[in-house]
This record gives sequence, C-alpha cells and structure tokens, in this order.
Amino acid sequence: MIRDQEFLKDIASYCIENSKKLGATDVGVKVIHSVSENVSFRNKKLDESNRADSFAVNLTTYIEKKKSSINSSDLSKSNLEKLIERCIDATKITPSDENNSLPDKDLMSKEIRDLNLYDETHYPNDKKIEFLKKVEETASTDEKIINTEAGFTENKNNFILANSNGFLGGYKTSNFSSSCVAVSRINGAMERDYEFGSTRFLEDMMEPEEIGKIAADKAIKKLGPKKIKSERIGVIFDKRISKGILSTLASAISASAIARGTSFLKDQINSEVFPNSINIIDDPKIEKGLGSQNFDSEGVETNSLKLVENGILKNYLIDTYYGKKLNLKSNGRSGGTTNLYFENGTLSFKDLLNSEKKFLYITETIGHGGNIITGDYSVGASGFMVEDGELTYPVSEITIAGNFKEMFKNITLANDLEMKYSTNAPTLLINQMTVAGK
Amino acid sequence: MSNFFKETDIDTSQAEAIVTETLKNCDDGELYLENHKSESIVLDDNKIKSSTYNSDQGYGFRAVTGEVVAYSHSNDISKESLRKSSDNLKDTLKSKKGTYNHEIPKTNSKYYENINPIESKTFDSKIDLLKSVNNYLRSKGSIVNQVTANFLGEHKSIEIIRSDNQILKDDRPLVRFNVSVVLEKDGKKETGVYGVGGRQSYDDYLKDGSWKDVCDEAFRIANVNLESKSAPAGEMKVVLGPGWPAILIHEAIGHGLEGDFNRKKTSAFHSLMGQQVASEGVTIVDDGTLHQRRGSLTIDDEGTPTENTVLIENGILKNYMQDRLNARLMGTKSTGSGRRESYKHVVLPRMRNTMMLSGKYSQDEMISSVDKGIFAVSFGGGQVDITSGKFVFNCTEAYEINNGKIGSPIKGATLIGDGPSILKEVSLVGNDMKLDPGIGTCGKAGQGVPVGVAQPSILINKMTVGGTKL
Repeated sequence: MIRDQEFLKDIASYCIENSKKLGATDVGVKVIHSVSENVSFRNKKLDESNRADSFAVNLTTYIEKKKSSINSSDLSKSNLEKLIERCIDATKITPSDENNSLPDKDLMSKEIRDLNLYDETHYPNDKKIEFLKKVEETASTDEKIINTEAGFTENKNNFILANSNGFLGGYKTSNFSSSCVAVSRINGAMERDYEFGSTRFLEDMMEPEEIGKIAADKAIKKLGPKKIKSERIGVIFDKRISKGILSTLASAISASAIARGTSFLKDQINSEVFPNSINIIDDPKIEKGLGSQNFDSEGVETNSLKLVENGILKNYLIDTYYGKKLNLKSNGRSGGTTNLYFENGTLSFKDLLNSEKKFLYITETIGHGGNIITGDYSVGASGFMVEDGELTYPVSEITIAGNFKEMFKNITLANDLEMKYSTNAPTLLINQMTVAGK
Repeated sequence: MSNFFKETDIDTSQAEAIVTETLKNCDDGELYLENHKSESIVLDDNKIKSSTYNSDQGYGFRAVTGEVVAYSHSNDISKESLRKSSDNLKDTLKSKKGTYNHEIPKTNSKYYENINPIESKTFDSKIDLLKSVNNYLRSKGSIVNQVTANFLGEHKSIEIIRSDNQILKDDRPLVRFNVSVVLEKDGKKETGVYGVGGRQSYDDYLKDGSWKDVCDEAFRIANVNLESKSAPAGEMKVVLGPGWPAILIHEAIGHGLEGDFNRKKTSAFHSLMGQQVASEGVTIVDDGTLHQRRGSLTIDDEGTPTENTVLIENGILKNYMQDRLNARLMGTKSTGSGRRESYKHVVLPRMRNTMMLSGKYSQDEMISSVDKGIFAVSFGGGQVDITSGKFVFNCTEAYEINNGKIGSPIKGATLIGDGPSILKEVSLVGNDMKLDPGIGTCGKAGQGVPVGVAQPSILINKMTVGGTKL
C-alpha cells in the first residue's frame, strides 16, 4: 500500500531540521513513495509480471548562496543522517552563486485543490490479465499479424515537497496505462506499430478491444512501404507525433535555454513565431489531466499560461534560478510544462488532407535530430503518401528536414485535438519541408 | 557471506533460504542486490550549476519459468519485504513448474579494479578542474559563448544470490568527463561536445593536462560547425571515420542480434543465422572483456562471466547475444550479455563493447574513390526500429566529398539506412580500428546501460543523407 502523508512529512521534517542543525541556511526536500504493478503478455501468454515499491528523498541544502544536493532511496534515519552530513560538507565547499535561493515566499502555492488526480481503485493482476487477453485477442485477428505484445501498468504515487520557509504540500496521484505492440508480416518483411492509453482513473481507460484493433490496423497498413524520391513537399504530422513540435517549443522557451543563450528563440519574446491563427496553452489545473499539478517542483503556484497568443510568443517557462538570471519571476514552470496544447485549428482532418494535391503524411519519426540552438531539424520518418486527399501507399526509410523557425511559421492545424497525453496537438501540416529518399 | 544484510533484520542464510524456497519450482531466477553511489558535478554558464550525490540500494527478486518472468523490487531490504516479494513471485508462477538450472560458469578474470572514483578524487580538486576547463575554453576568445563541463562518477556493488546459496559479486567503477562548448560568430551559433571515460579513476583520463585535449576537441568540432553549409539530401556514398561512428554498427546490426528479439522473431535478422549478412571482410564482435572499458563487465547482471562474442565473421552471421532466459529458450548458452540498468529493472540481452574489426584499406583510399558523398567523423545519437530494420543516426561533424576530395563541413543531418542490407553496402573496410572515447549509453525498453563501440573507417556505397539541399 502507498504510504500516507504523515509518514512522508515526518521524513521531510527530519531532513529540514537536521540540515539546519548542521548549518544549512535554507533547505528544500521532496519525499516520494510509489508502488507500481505491471503485467505483460506476448502472443496471448503471460510474459512478465513486475511489482515495484520505491522510496526516494531528494534534498537540497543552501548555506547562503552555496548549494548542494543528495538523492537517496534509503529512508532510514541512520542513512539520512550520514547523507545530510555529506550534503552539508559539499555545500560548504561549493562556490556560491548569487542566483541560488528558495522561491520567493509570496509565489508559493497557498492551497491544494483536488484536481481529481488519484483513483484509489486497485486493479488486481488477474483483472489486468483478462484485459490483456482481450487486447491481444483483437490484435491478432488478422493472419498478417504474427506477433503481439501487450502490457498493463498501475501506478500509485504519494509525495511531500517542503522547504525551510514553511512550505509543505503534497498529494497522491495515480496512473493506469495499457499498450499493445503488433508486428505484421508480408513476403518476409515486417512492420511494427502500437497503441497506447494512459489515464488517471481506471474507468477512463480505452476499451481493450480498441487498443488491440488500432495497433493491428496500423501495423498492417504499414506493410510494403516504398522509399520515395527526394523532394520539397508539404508534410502532415499525425497526432501521435505532432505534439513533438510543442515539446521542441517548450525546450526552446525554457528560461534555462533563454538565459544561457542557447535557444533559437532567444530574443523572440513578443514577436511573431507562429502564424497569427495559432494559440498555445499550458494549463496545470485540468481535472484528471496527465500533466496536472497544484504547484511546480519548487512549490511555486502554477496557473494556466498562454505561451503563444495569435502567433506571438508571450511567455517563457520560468523557474526560480533562471528567472533570477533573467530578472523575471518564476511562473511555476520548474520541471517544465504541465498540460500543453495547441488550441484547435479550423480545418477538418479531411479538408487538411485535401488542401493540396499531394502530401507526405508522417506517422512516426526516429532519431534525435532537433537542434535547439540552431533550430535545425532532421529526423528519420515513415508514414504514407497522400494523393487527392487519400492515403495511397506506405513510405519508409526517408528523412524530413527543415529549420524550426521556418517550420513554426508554416504550420496549419486541423481541428481534431484530443487530450490524450500531457502534451497534445491536433493533426498539423508544415508546408514545404525537404524529404530525402532515393 | 553477503554485505547487504548488515543493518537489517535478516541475515545471509535466511535470505538464501527464502531464495531457495521461492525458486524451487522455477527454471531460473535470483535475488539481485545492488548498492549504487553516484555523483554529478556540473559547471555551466561560469558557475557550478549543481553538485549532487546519489545513494541508492535495493533488491530485485526474479523467478523465471518457461517464458514467464516474475519480478519484484524494493529498496527496503528486510525480512517482511523479501517475503512479500517472494509471495508475489510464487503467485504469478503458481500454475507453472520448472527445473532450476544450477549451472553458471565461474571466472577468475577481472576487467577493472574495485575503486570508488567518487572518493579517489577530492571534491575541491573536481571543482578546481571544472573552473580550469571554463577558464581555458573562454581564453580562446570572445567567440566562446557558453561552456558546460561535468563529472559523472559512480560505484556499483552487486551481489547475486542464486538458489542453493551461490553468491556472485562484482564491484564496478565508472566515470565520465564531458565538455560542451557553444561558439558564436557573425550571429551564428554552433555546439561542440566531447568526453572521455571508462571503468577507472577520473585522473586516469585527466592527468598531465589531458583534460585540455578534451576541451580542444570540443572547441574544434564547434569551430568546424560554424563554417558548415546546408547538408545535401538524397542517396549517396558515405565514408565513416573510425571510433565513435561505430554506433552505426550498434544501431544497424547490434540491436537486431540481441537474443530476445530473435527468439520472439521480431528482429529483421531472426531467420538469417549462418547466412551472408555483410560484405566479405566484415567481422563484428561484442566484447565484454576489454580492460577498463565503459561497456566491459567481469560478470553480467545474472552472474555469467562476459566473453568476446563473434556476431558476424567475414560477412556470415554467427551468434546472437544471449542472457540466460533467451539462451535456454533458444537451446544455446548465455554469452554473458544479461544486463539491467539497476535492481529496478529486469534482465535483458544487451550489448557491451560492439566492434567492427580492421580490414586493409586506408581512409585516403576510401575518400579518393568517392565522386560525390559525405565523410562523417562524429555522431550524436542513433535509434533503430528492429522490426523494419530501419535505423538513423545524427552527424555532429561531417564534410562533403567532391571528386575524391574533402570539401566544406555540412550541418548536422540524420542518416537513415536499412540494418539487414547496410552491411552488404560496405565496400571498403579500413585498417585503422579505433575505440570510442568512453561515452556511450544504450537505451532499450526504458533501461540505459553503459556501452562501448569501435570500428575502422568504412566506405558505404549508398545511404540516405537527410539534409535540406536538393
């Protein structure tokens, strides 16, 4: 069972008190307990069952403007005592940095709202097994599917975040996730695809049959891909990957990248970065949201932010340290974005596909080819050709390349946004990217 | 005797009894205990950005019967916790019956010393060195826009308690020293990154000012990239430099030759054993026995001594990399490739140091044979889809080749290829095999483990270069 708040509070207080006794002027601490149970199936047979019970304590001590941290999984007081001593010793000899400090008191979260992030339902392993049987049963109906894997994970988490300025807060969260990977084969060549569902509450989980069917359909559709010729073409990003554009934006507007001068969006605040139809929002207070939180990883209150309004970059993602460097107040984004999404576009998915005679529709990218400093982008890709609004044949072993600065300005959004992950985007089109193939 | 039960309510023989009792009807399994200490000290933007010390300890209890793996892990090493895990494993496998395989090879070899690199260099001297790195790089002129340098050191002690009281132990040091520099010239910014490391103390890599070589190399790469032009797009010849570019081998071939994917028949290589999968002259091994290398292990995370496994010999596929479970199910022996990131993770067959051995050609011969292509010297990361066989990696230093001559540097581009066919496109194998500097981490199923790679220069007849210039 997940440990209660009192247990975690006791450890947090112990860490703060002992650190102060040994000379810390400020202290921040997080204590976490999580229990996770996972069952996985392969080809309709039980493959793995895994139970994890993990504690963690993350402690940061300050002596004036000097700072050092320790992390440990052993919560025994004898261990913590030794580690706190070690942390203080390291703090004493770490050079000071004028920007090191706890967050301003008036920015701290004052009340904890119940955002409906915890479902106490326990889904026993035999139920998970029943669920997975259904997933795989549906996934393997077609004889072109030669291999299926499915998994179900249940996660319960509780934490306390505290600091020596009197902040103390924490709450339980839960997560249920299920996935299916299907491998299809034709003429000796194989393709793989997947479907994945993740929710705070068990009752919101997709039906097992739906997960299995989507994974299998997608894997079958990919069979027999062609490599196309190199060309300049409009590229449509499937919803599964279009959210990656937002993750890139998030990295590029993090206060750390801006303060260090290592972002292609440096000095672009209040400038037009996207077409004027585009709005991008980061909202931490969505009920049951996968990225929802009451406060950020420093305890600072987080509220909804319009990062991009009518195409104009309005806000950076700011934590305490880099905020001080930039002379800006933290906006509760230590630890990054929360529920980040594009507001819906106006075109339907169908109209988007029909907006030109020919597109490349990308369903998967591989590699880490985005450079936040220069904005250059080049990744491996696979997907489909779109001709006259129809997906005509699968495409693979190609790359797509461009520069984020221009890509951002050439985005057209469809109106099919779904809140399925913590970062969400509708299907989107980027006009004119370079595709390298044959 | 185990070192893990000293301050607990359980002793070695009681733990052994629980292990033996839990695994009595299983094919395999063990109690894996781990104590992991690590540190990270980062200098960034002229300041010591963070200094962190991590101390983690726990166990992973595994029972295996047939194809089923039951696993339970916790950082609470106590009688109650072990009992709970034991019940959990027995419950998962209650309908199965196996026969425990007691056989595990022994070794007297050791590929690294039991030192703790965190303690073998003082905190002060690490901070001083980071400051020296910053000053040294910034003294190279005002084009130096940003400097990041960091120490990552760790010491991991593991014990594996198998049924009938066999205890296998290993102590593993690991360090990495990294420098990243951003240069700015005429409004253009570019990065250069370089690092060194392995299973020794920091000073083995940094003494006599050799840290300056690391800085110089990072600076050189960034400087080259400042002059870079748009990369070409399309299929062309590619010459890969020696050393770290062997992550091509790791992605294109290595993952596809891991036992699990072949047992499950999801690897593009699963039906190719004994067949020609590479050009003649191409030999690839995965070696866990190189002294002090990042990917080396005295024993793997199941207790099997590592070895030098021949994967491809003169173009013919010879072996897969195996852990105990996949070896048993495929009727072969573990190659000492069973690895896990930590006690929180199940064992998977993984690479160690993956190397293509030298051939007979010089790099000059390769470059002069290319009319139009690229010469790739260094890479960032790579990724593979083992089912379709498609793999990518990103160039961080590359040049055009025109009419047999190296031309201008080109911007970072992704290269994409097909794993099962790429090695047949290798037309020349160089005589200059080099190990990477000790910086690789391989990710699989959410688990990161340290690995090494090596290769000579090679000429690939045809690969797709993902630039923007048509």
